[in-house]
Amino acid sequence: MLLIRRFEEKAGQMYGMGLIGGFCHLYIGQEAVVVGMKLAMRDGDQMITGYRDHGHMLACGMDPKGVMAELTGRRGGYSKGKGGSMHMFSLEQKFYGGHGIVGAQVPLGTGLAFANKYRGNNNVCLTYFGDGAANQGQVYESFNMAELWKLPVVYVIENNRYAMGTSVARSSAQPDLWKRGASFNIPGAQIDGMDVRAVKAAAEQAIAWCRSGKGPTILEMLTYRYRGHSMSDPAKYRTKEEVDKVRTEHDPIEQVRRRLLDKKWASEDDLKKIDAAVRAIVNEASEFATHDAEPDPSELYTDVYH
Amino acid sequence: MPTEVLMPALSPTMEKGNLAKWLKKEGDPVKSGDVIAEIETDKATMEVEAVDEGTLGKILVPEGTADVAVNTPIAMILAEGEDAAALKDGKRAPAKQSQAEQAARQQKAAEPAPPAQQAESPKKAEAPARTGTAQPPSTARMPEPDVPAGTELVSMTMREALRDAMAEEMRRDPDVFVMGEEVAEYQGAYKVTQGLLDEFGARRVIDTPITEHGFAGVGVGAALAGLKPVVEFMTFNFAMQAMDQLINSAAKTQYMSGGQVTVSIVFRGPNGPASRVAAQHSQDYSAWYSHIPGLKVIAPSNAADAKGLLKAAIRDPNPVIFLENEILYGHSSQVPRLDDYVLPIGRARIVRPGKDVTIVAWSMGMTYALKAAEELTKENIEAEVIDLRTLKPMDSDTIVKSVKKTGRLVTVEEGWKQSGVGSEIAARISEKAFDYLDAPVTRVCGKDVPMPYAANLEKLALPSIAEIVEAVKAASYR
Repeated sequence: MLLIRRFEEKAGQMYGMGLIGGFCHLYIGQEAVVVGMKLAMRDGDQMITGYRDHGHMLACGMDPKGVMAELTGRRGGYSKGKGGSMHMFSLEQKFYGGHGIVGAQVPLGTGLAFANKYRGNNNVCLTYFGDGAANQGQVYESFNMAELWKLPVVYVIENNRYAMGTSVARSSAQPDLWKRGASFNIPGAQIDGMDVRAVKAAAEQAIAWCRSGKGPTILEMLTYRYRGHSMSDPAKYRTKEEVDKVRTEHDPIEQVRRRLLDKKWASEDDLKKIDAAVRAIVNEASEFATHDAEPDPSELYTDVYH
Repeated sequence: MPTEVLMPALSPTMEKGNLAKWLKKEGDPVKSGDVIAEIETDKATMEVEAVDEGTLGKILVPEGTADVAVNTPIAMILAEGEDAAALKDGKRAPAKQSQAEQAARQQKAAEPAPPAQQAESPKKAEAPARTGTAQPPSTARMPEPDVPAGTELVSMTMREALRDAMAEEMRRDPDVFVMGEEVAEYQGAYKVTQGLLDEFGARRVIDTPITEHGFAGVGVGAALAGLKPVVEFMTFNFAMQAMDQLINSAAKTQYMSGGQVTVSIVFRGPNGPASRVAAQHSQDYSAWYSHIPGLKVIAPSNAADAKGLLKAAIRDPNPVIFLENEILYGHSSQVPRLDDYVLPIGRARIVRPGKDVTIVAWSMGMTYALKAAEELTKENIEAEVIDLRTLKPMDSDTIVKSVKKTGRLVTVEEGWKQSGVGSEIAARISEKAFDYLDAPVTRVCGKDVPMPYAANLEKLALPSIAEIVEAVKAASYR
């Protein structure tokens, strides 16, 4: 979680310096969701998400240097600089993107689960989307097929309360997103997405259900992002007090820190060492991403047939 | 007066069918709405309901007769009070099959039929345009360079050829599967997938709910995982619902991922006008799809090309849009009998060589083009007709080479004129063969209107043979 936090903070900084351009959607505050889910996954399980995807990539074990260099559009990036923030993949780490169109990843993730069932490989696909995407039609088309065909997919709804500037209350007739599968008989649950233990426990149950062939499940993660929707969002649709309250009372990393110290599972020194190690990784990534070369102009025409 | 019961057309493009079964005997009473017979077409078995009331006086076409043309009288109904004497002895037999056709059917029945070919589809005679008297026999069908000399040719419909292509690829590669609406238990809305469920089972031939956006995405997701889906759209009109998945997820992913991820998927189905199905069901999407980098777009005009190109499309690692045509499904032509007949994507074919003008067409447009070429021969104009076959990547080299010989070009398409594929061809010829043109390039297209329903207006909306002939003569300054 700390790696994701520091990485995203650095990315925000680099965006401000003009090293990262275009879209950049930060995961700061939501770390417990992907990390808790990942703890319950096993080798072979896949992950797919939308555009707020840097945290997912790091959780899947992708190299921070490759991710950061893709953000800066360099040849050492995961997509050779041709994709950017929203379009990175790692077949090796079973991370299937990185998608820019809201909700598009939901049928795709359902298709990955379809392939799992087709092959009988017992793998589960974790398909993430947000409260905004939860109103997209193709999500319900996917729900229907997933339950009809009993596909091994866990739908993780990262409800951070705002779809860009529109709150769930203003956009959704049924704001309890965990119930959105009821029309298709898909079981759902609502989880405190700021507590990594709660996430992991829910993930284990949901994944086990899917893996046993019982069909899809929905996990609504109540979470929060401290920054705006993207780097260009001044976030005027919520109060500073609201953000501060969540940060002081519910921060996912701070919760773990305090617990480690209170229960004497780690000392301040231990935690400082972890912090330093994480910063070193992030700085190395940042250095690499800043100094790596841009793609060769010949790459304009590669990776598409002619 | 006894009333004639005529063989009905049970679909917009039906021309004939088999009278499979009579459900009433001569002498039975008939009320409106009674089902009196069953008719088999290559698409479905349908019931014939009586409209008139009375007694079934005489059956004119016996049970089991095949290839009864639409509007052939099949029975006579006696009104109340009439008796058998009122029947004229005017038994009109259905169109008699020629000896050759009968022999061919018997031979076909004797061969071990591949499991996928279970339909008793009526074999149409080869489309007259391709064997017109003006054509020198040696060029009636230019063989592909890779078909060995002496290879046997089998007549089959495009529908059967497409089915065979899918069946062969599914036998060859366990990762290939088919999904779409009605592809499995219904045997295909247009019977293209008939028999596939029986051979390959429900795991590999999947009926989807009516959710194009969703199932297109599921298909792309399966392709991301390395499977090879063949996704059928009942028509490409319905694919508009799925456009985002086709373009943003399928077409662009290989590039966006720096080559790490490939999406080997085929989206196929009927494209363009059928017959009288009006504006929302008649659009031609050739121009839209051929605009997109990352997509391959194929539009075959005959059974052999359909088979060879669909096999190639399924094997291709790129996403392929395979544009078929409902009317062409029933057209028969010769297909080489080979174990693995695969054609190259991106290669046009000169179907009819000529020296005076180049006509470029594809899919249904080829039917008009070849008939126009025949007409032009009567006026001593020899047209070279090129079947583009693949719209993207487009083989403009073949067109350029032809125009350098003829100096004149007419393009033919059913799609709308503005920003159509003909516009692209005209631009390329302008760039690459400007000095060879003796006249401006003319585009013969569907008219820039939503497709009307009325039969006369639909004819006017579509391109016509006369328009092509006129365009050629104008380009020839005649």
